[in-house]
Amino acid sequence: MLTIDNLHATIADKPILKGLSLTINAGEIHAIMGPNGAGKSTLGYTLGGRPGYEVTGGSVTFEGQDLLALAPHERAAAGLFLGFQYPVEIPGVSNVQFLREALNAQRKSRGQEPLSGGEFLKLAREQASLLRMDMDMLKRPVNVGFSGGEKKRAEMVQMGILDPRLAILDETDSGLDIDALRICGEGINAIMRRPDKAVLLITHYQRLLDYVKPDFVHVLANGRIVKTGGPELALQLEEQGYEAVAA
Amino acid sequence: MSAVATLPTRRDEAWRYADLDAVARLWPLPDAECITVADGGHFARTLVQDAGGVVQLVLTLGKGAVGAVHVLNTGGDYGRIELDVTLHEGADFTLGGAQVGGASQTLEIVSTVRHIEPNARSHQVVRSVLAGQAVGTCLGKVAVSKGAIGTDAEQSVRAMLLDRTAQANAKPELEIFADDVKCAHGCAVGELDAMGLFYLQSRGLTPPEAKALMLQAFLAEAFTGAEEAERLQALALERLEGVL
Repeated sequence: MLTIDNLHATIADKPILKGLSLTINAGEIHAIMGPNGAGKSTLGYTLGGRPGYEVTGGSVTFEGQDLLALAPHERAAAGLFLGFQYPVEIPGVSNVQFLREALNAQRKSRGQEPLSGGEFLKLAREQASLLRMDMDMLKRPVNVGFSGGEKKRAEMVQMGILDPRLAILDETDSGLDIDALRICGEGINAIMRRPDKAVLLITHYQRLLDYVKPDFVHVLANGRIVKTGGPELALQLEEQGYEAVAA
Repeated sequence: MSAVATLPTRRDEAWRYADLDAVARLWPLPDAECITVADGGHFARTLVQDAGGVVQLVLTLGKGAVGAVHVLNTGGDYGRIELDVTLHEGADFTLGGAQVGGASQTLEIVSTVRHIEPNARSHQVVRSVLAGQAVGTCLGKVAVSKGAIGTDAEQSVRAMLLDRTAQANAKPELEIFADDVKCAHGCAVGELDAMGLFYLQSRGLTPPEAKALMLQAFLAEAFTGAEEAERLQALALERLEGVL
């Protein structure tokens, strides 16, 4: 589904990713762990196409397409979802309006009919209840006044509504209390754990992986993947720290 | 209203950002519309300026009267809306103004609000979106007369520049001859939040769709409480799509 080959990326001419390679197949859940400054968030933003993240080498193929040639909205329409570590507040724009427009924009670019207001609300209600989010929250402006946990749950509701093929979730677990962590974890499983979908979890900690069991765990250090293993690698990291394991 | 008898020049403070060639072509200006609202009365007006020209409105609100003017200024090479409002005791005035300009348009909202008696309230919100080489101006004067204690005047002026070549002018002006008054004004000129745009695009909106959504929300602040808010929203969106 996703093949990253020898990816190099810079921010303001500073090299961050230095030859990162990773292959993700449909049906798999991958976790990327690593110390601060290793390039985890840069990987997410580079795959999402954030302006200012410049690819200086390597390639990324998503479902047979050159991902790096696509604009951010085209990547979304191709089935990529980027869960933000810090979801952005958009004053004055309601979640419902935003998500309906976003979904219909994606559908349009795939040659599908737009959803009507009623169809959309039914879908939104289903996905919100999956994340135990009140529909009233979805009528409020995007992320404005939401707590850290509410923002992350709202991200998962967005993911449920947009129904991507591949979700890259950047520290979805940060800022969550124990209950919210479990709800988000269950949400990820319900929405994404399917044979035709895949997930890349970017995280600092093992705790999210208690709920979303990864098939592969990678250690990212200094812009490259330095070690790959199964779920046991995350436990080993938690116990011994990055320095000992990645050295 | 400062009945302009002679063609204004750059030296006239209220006209210093105007398109004076256009003013000369429009000269002499049509008479200002004068409206007096009786004590305790209500008045609401929606002004849509989409063909260019100068519109002048002189409004007097009697004791305890409530008046609201909502403006959408989008049209013509030069579009100017001028309000001269006089507030008697306890009157309540709201101005919600929005401007959307592109190409080489010059758009202006110029207001003078006179609090001549105690305890009147004025609340003014102006939002401008400017693209291309457009110039958008908001001049807002609040004059509080001697003895107009308990005045509560508020002005919020914000402009969003879509291109570095667009220009926004904002000048709040306070002239206060009374104690115990509350006069607030805020002004900001900026551009769309890049992270917000990326966030919306990462969910599938095209760049123009993402911008329109954010700008629509920005302009909507001027239409809060308007009787014809929905129509104004729709017209503003149509014009936004034209400048994006």
